[in-house]
Amino acid sequence: MEKPLSLALLFACAMLAFAPRAFAQDPLFADMGGKAGIDHLVDVFVGNYLADPRIRAIFDESNMDRVRAKMKEQFCVVAGGPCTYTGHSMEATHKGLHLTDADFNAVVEDLQDAMDTCNIPFSVQNRFLARMAPMEHQVVTK
Amino acid sequence: MRVVVYGLAMLAGLACGPLRADEVSADPVLFDQGKLLATGGVSQIEGAGGGGLATWALITGYGTRDGLGANAHYTTVLLPDYRLDTLGVAVGLFDRVEFSYAWQSFDTQAVGAALGLGRGYAFHQNIYGAKLRLAGNAVYDQNSWLPQIAVGVQHKENDRGAVIAALGGKSSVGTDFYLSATKLFLAQSLLVSAAARATRANQFGILGFGGDKHGGYSPQFEGSAAWLLSRHFALGVEWRTRPGNLKIAREGAGFDLFAAWFVNKHLSATLAYADLGNIAIRDHQHGAYLSLQAGL
Repeated sequence: MEKPLSLALLFACAMLAFAPRAFAQDPLFADMGGKAGIDHLVDVFVGNYLADPRIRAIFDESNMDRVRAKMKEQFCVVAGGPCTYTGHSMEATHKGLHLTDADFNAVVEDLQDAMDTCNIPFSVQNRFLARMAPMEHQVVTK
Repeated sequence: MRVVVYGLAMLAGLACGPLRADEVSADPVLFDQGKLLATGGVSQIEGAGGGGLATWALITGYGTRDGLGANAHYTTVLLPDYRLDTLGVAVGLFDRVEFSYAWQSFDTQAVGAALGLGRGYAFHQNIYGAKLRLAGNAVYDQNSWLPQIAVGVQHKENDRGAVIAALGGKSSVGTDFYLSATKLFLAQSLLVSAAARATRANQFGILGFGGDKHGGYSPQFEGSAAWLLSRHFALGVEWRTRPGNLKIAREGAGFDLFAAWFVNKHLSATLAYADLGNIAIRDHQHGAYLSLQAGL
């Protein structure tokens, strides 16, 4: 009983490992305007974020050029684009910040505003946010 | 009319009252308004956080797990032969527990005269609700099929015991129990909710509890699907089955089509077409449903 199960799991893992190469490019990446669209989105988003009195203090100690660059990689990867994320894990970057759900949601609202500014349709916004949403579990530590 | 004036006064007071959280300071704010717009739902017909007819697993208001949310609502349902007005208040505690109170007035208009009760005879009931979120988060858990799950109770006290008995009802007091599961399918911009309710209520309790046809509890279903058009607008459909306990009525399922407008985190308005089917001696009770919620 145990052997077929582990074989099945192995097969499933192999399928997952090859899946990104087996399928054509994720349509979400194109729907968000490709690499250029995502880079612009991140610039607008970070601008919103740094102007938001609810949360801007979180970035007081950050090198914003690095944050922008890593976020562009990360958003590209999340959207299914041909990028590699070279930053730290979400757990590591948010460790010790004691962020709350209210902080997390304030960031989401700034991102939604940025996507509005970039004319990304609401349905596309939600497809992207659906992939980001589970990060709440890594980001919110309070 | 008096009900409406009181309701609007309550709503106005709440809508103007709250300070903006970001003006207060960086210190934790109790009423943190930290949830995303619309994710507290609106006020359902019995005063709990939900849709219109259906009860949702979402905890009412905009308090996160670190804060509180509170709101008041006024709902009116205008049917061909009846009118239902509801006024209520509710509080969500730490996105975990919800308490609600609603007062309902059901005006029988001309039917009251036909039943020998007098024109405009009204039934009233107090509804005390409590809800506990057991598991899941409808918004964040997008990588899992687990919905947000809550259990709840609604204790209802009707003031027309003698008339209820004459109509064939068993009791003027009843308690409903429900289990609700709500899931936001964010990638599809779709919110889906289902609830199972154990109830003896006749017309939500307006015509009492239990009856001469069926006296005890029966399991009933509530379902909603809402399509998010934007952060501020949602369109949806709901279905709610109800027991047929009374011989004089043929109570069945109700359904509604709704449009909800989340103006901001302090104010929402829901407009619906609701079809409640037969109520007492009148069929085809369908009409407009309007609900306003104001909160902090």
